[in-house]
Amino acid sequence: MSKALFEYVLRLGDDSLILGQRLSEWCGHGPILEEDIATTNIALDLIGQATTLLEYAAHLEGKKRSADELAFLRIDREYKNLLLVEQENGDFGKTIMRQFLFDAYRKLLFEKLLSSSDEHLAAIAEKSLKETKYHLKHSSEWVIRLGDGTEESHERVQDSLNELWRYTGELFFEDEVDTELKGSGVIPDVSDIQDKWNELVMNVLAEATLTIPNDNWQFDGGRVGKHSEHLGYLLSVMQYMQRAYPNMEW
Amino acid sequence: MVDTNQIWKYLEEVSDPEIPVLTVNDLGIVRNVSIEGGLCKVTITPTYSGCPAMKRIEDDIIEKLKDKGIENVKVDLVLSPAWTTDWITENGRQKLLEYGIAPPQDEVDKSVLFAEPTNVPCPKCSSSNTRMISQFGSTACKAHYQCNECMEPYDYFKCLK
Repeated sequence: MSKALFEYVLRLGDDSLILGQRLSEWCGHGPILEEDIATTNIALDLIGQATTLLEYAAHLEGKKRSADELAFLRIDREYKNLLLVEQENGDFGKTIMRQFLFDAYRKLLFEKLLSSSDEHLAAIAEKSLKETKYHLKHSSEWVIRLGDGTEESHERVQDSLNELWRYTGELFFEDEVDTELKGSGVIPDVSDIQDKWNELVMNVLAEATLTIPNDNWQFDGGRVGKHSEHLGYLLSVMQYMQRAYPNMEW
Repeated sequence: MVDTNQIWKYLEEVSDPEIPVLTVNDLGIVRNVSIEGGLCKVTITPTYSGCPAMKRIEDDIIEKLKDKGIENVKVDLVLSPAWTTDWITENGRQKLLEYGIAPPQDEVDKSVLFAEPTNVPCPKCSSSNTRMISQFGSTACKAHYQCNECMEPYDYFKCLK
């Protein structure tokens, strides 16, 4: 049980960590000052959530590996984040679309995890949900503004949706880790979340005059450590200081 | 030996490093104070998961109590029940307003999908004719607003429930 829970918490922690790192790349490069501040604020929330989740994972693992070691000293195949969150930022529209697809999933997941039989996981969900609601509000409003905006913004954000849609099937990936935890009431049934996610996403996309692509091919692999080419580059930047100066702190 | 009431009074002297007019008590982040077998335990909860002020607040509490002669102090962090802006005291809200930060209105900005943002009166001229510039501001806990009457740009301590 604790092995499955470790794996599950690690997956959620890695989602937060990798997306937080991605968003932080916008620091100083936002299209307008307010969005520079918004994306980095969201990055900060995510890295805060990653800290809490990875600290819990480290505790569950019980091997005296710290949250920092989990964050900075694993190799790419040991990260269990969704492929969606490691995709490159692209233009602002792509960053927003990636964020929206993820926020909708995260909000629905945390709502369900509030009633987890694991008290600590429920507490993390309770804390993170409040922040995630703000993230979803921000990203969904931007999807609508860009989709239902100018010809240029519509085209760009539609292209982003076409590109990112193939990573959304993985949001509802399940394996033996999930089966075990579902059985003991630690995590919800993913189908509960999937239906609501579809409804929420479809409503916003309709408002944004965007359409989901016809091509239904879906990738997976992130949850078991098989990543796209982008993760390695991200890690090389994120891990640089710890690799070059082991155990450094500031 | 000091009692817990005395510790609460000492904590009145520990302020938030980002918003120094507020004490940790005003913010409502101190959840419990206990003294057992010579160990003073202060339990705090973070405002936001990634709030960089938490570590500093923890250190400040330990340092303040040390100044008061209490050496054996432990600060615990709890996540649940999760902090809400409802826990900011009346006194704290008044201090925020005087400092130029609009205190949280008692509603979460529900515009997750398409409602008008919360109306937040200007802390300088009290006009309700204001607009939200950005849901995100200078720190995780604030949004950015501007007054349409006096043009004052200001922070809004956003409601978290």
